[in-house]
Amino acid sequence: MDTRFNKFGKEPPAVEFEITPMPKPVESTHVPKVTIAGAATVLNPEAVTKIDVRHANFWYSAKQALFDVSLPVREKHVTALIGPSGCGKTTFLRTLNRMNDLIPGTRTEGEAILDGRNIYEKSLDVVALRQRIGMVFQRPTPFPKSIFENVAYGLRVQGTSRKRIQERVEASLRRAALWDEVKDRLKTSALGLSGGQQQRLCIARAIAVNPEVLLMDEPASALDPIATLKIEELIVELAKDYTIVIVTHNMQQAARVSQYTGFFLNGKLIEYAPTVELFEHPRKKETEDYISGRFG
Amino acid sequence: MSITVEQQQPTANPFQAPRTAHNARRRISNIAIVALSLLATAFAVAVLLFLLLYVLRAGLPYINLDLFTKIPTPNGEPGGGLANSIQGSLILVGLASLFGIPLGLFTGIYLSEFGGRGPIATGVRFLVDVLTGIPTIIFGLFAWIFIVVPQQSFSGLAGGVALGIIMIPIVARTSEVVLRLVPNELREASLALGATESRTILRVVIPSARNGIITGIVLAMARVAGETAPLLMTAFGNPFFNSDITQPMDALPLRIFNFAESPYQAQINQAYAGSLVLIVLILITSFAIRWATGGFKHGGR
Ligand SMILES: Nc1ncnc2c1ncn2[C@@H]1O[C@H](COP(=O)(O)OP(=O)(O)O)[C@@H](O)[C@H]1O
Ligand SMILES: [Mg+2]
Repeated sequence: MDTRFNKFGKEPPAVEFEITPMPKPVESTHVPKVTIAGAATVLNPEAVTKIDVRHANFWYSAKQALFDVSLPVREKHVTALIGPSGCGKTTFLRTLNRMNDLIPGTRTEGEAILDGRNIYEKSLDVVALRQRIGMVFQRPTPFPKSIFENVAYGLRVQGTSRKRIQERVEASLRRAALWDEVKDRLKTSALGLSGGQQQRLCIARAIAVNPEVLLMDEPASALDPIATLKIEELIVELAKDYTIVIVTHNMQQAARVSQYTGFFLNGKLIEYAPTVELFEHPRKKETEDYISGRFG
Repeated sequence: MSITVEQQQPTANPFQAPRTAHNARRRISNIAIVALSLLATAFAVAVLLFLLLYVLRAGLPYINLDLFTKIPTPNGEPGGGLANSIQGSLILVGLASLFGIPLGLFTGIYLSEFGGRGPIATGVRFLVDVLTGIPTIIFGLFAWIFIVVPQQSFSGLAGGVALGIIMIPIVARTSEVVLRLVPNELREASLALGATESRTILRVVIPSARNGIITGIVLAMARVAGETAPLLMTAFGNPFFNSDITQPMDALPLRIFNFAESPYQAQINQAYAGSLVLIVLILITSFAIRWATGGFKHGGR
């Protein structure tokens, strides 16, 4: 796969899609038929809770978007958030690094405990928080800078030394499986990369500052199947060292990359369980309806 | 990949719409609009070309070294040049840029990044729009009242201030517009890396909008380089070399204005030569700024 990517430089020609090893789409029977292949089924029963969200409520001005959400985010595991569009997945994710603070009139209640501190606490230093909890967005967001400067950005914010920046940039690009593709053109603009490469660059940029948690909001939804697959492989790989929360509206993706899954509906967390359990034996009627494709 | 194409029914001409009355009307109005816009464009281009060619034809024969090294001769004697006017124009535009660009740029940043839809920003935006529409001689009057009268002397400073104020709303509005075009995700991506708001604006938002901002600045500079009215009562004009901004200063548009209605043919010719020099100077400055800021390398965005 790698060599093929290099040969074509940017996006591989569309013909390649035929041999994309993507799982078959869910057939239209009304039986849950999600492939739980990739779900790195290594469920550590002693997984530590990294962020413990308890009774989170959230308002956009007068409109409540989250209702009493409680969910543990397990350390060094991937937690997937699924649910139909507009159910509050993004909103919930963005409470975890206080990104919603940027929207005037919003309000969060409840608590999300990270190492004994409540993330939602007003007095919390959000800059420090965001250095511990990185984020990857739906669309790739490369800065109009060189590839190197993109990855170095967060490090420069922290005032990291020149030499250390060099090391961290290379290590992060390697970690994001992008190094071989860009090592000869680190000084060129990041805008020249393909969509999939840009997204991996954004992941490299996020992990460069050594965060403990990575939040990903539908990180592959703007990408083609091959690029999506690479991102998914990367997520599985990164989960060895990072705690990851990923929003996806793609159930196969949740099944492939995550060990825990939370199902949201209308701002409420309907069900939270180990991914295999949630897909194979959903406890709630709504969950079953959703994963069997009856709505959403 | 070609699957979708193959599945299409091979008809004689897939773009042939059925010949209904509705379609005929649609076709006609379509043709009319295309024809109208072509016609208007052709007219506009023709006028501009005519103007350029006319100035070129009338001015080019009188372009010579003296024009750039000598000052005007007294009483319309042949010879001499416009060196003092060229120097004055460069100083005046430079002076105007010195405070017109930062003030305009920061106003644009305020409007785009901090003001939002609040009442203050709305007020500022309205004011900026009004300023853009005010006849430029009013700015000359302003500088006359506040600088020329107290100093009891026309001066390059007064001219620079007048031109600078004219630049502010142009730079502010174009900057605001292009800064707003920067996707919000970029700002969020920077903030999510723990960057402060000011760092985000300086390192991410402005660089993203760089080309548009530069275009706005170049536009504003070109605009004031050709201003005459506000200089009449500020810089006033000066037949000699002068780089002292507290003294009256010449400028190409002023010189053109004076020479164009001169009774001496030699001065009329120099007015055309001066016009050509002004146009070329503006072109050169635009290109130089784009080149120096790397505007050519990065293309769009
Ligand atoms: N900035 C906002 N202001 C007001 N309402 C919003 C805003 N962003 C999202 N919402 C609303 O909050 C709800 C949840 O949205 P979101 O978290 O984006 O859902 P999801 O990511 O699951 O598609 C939706 O009803 C949406 O309309
Ligand atoms: Mg969303």
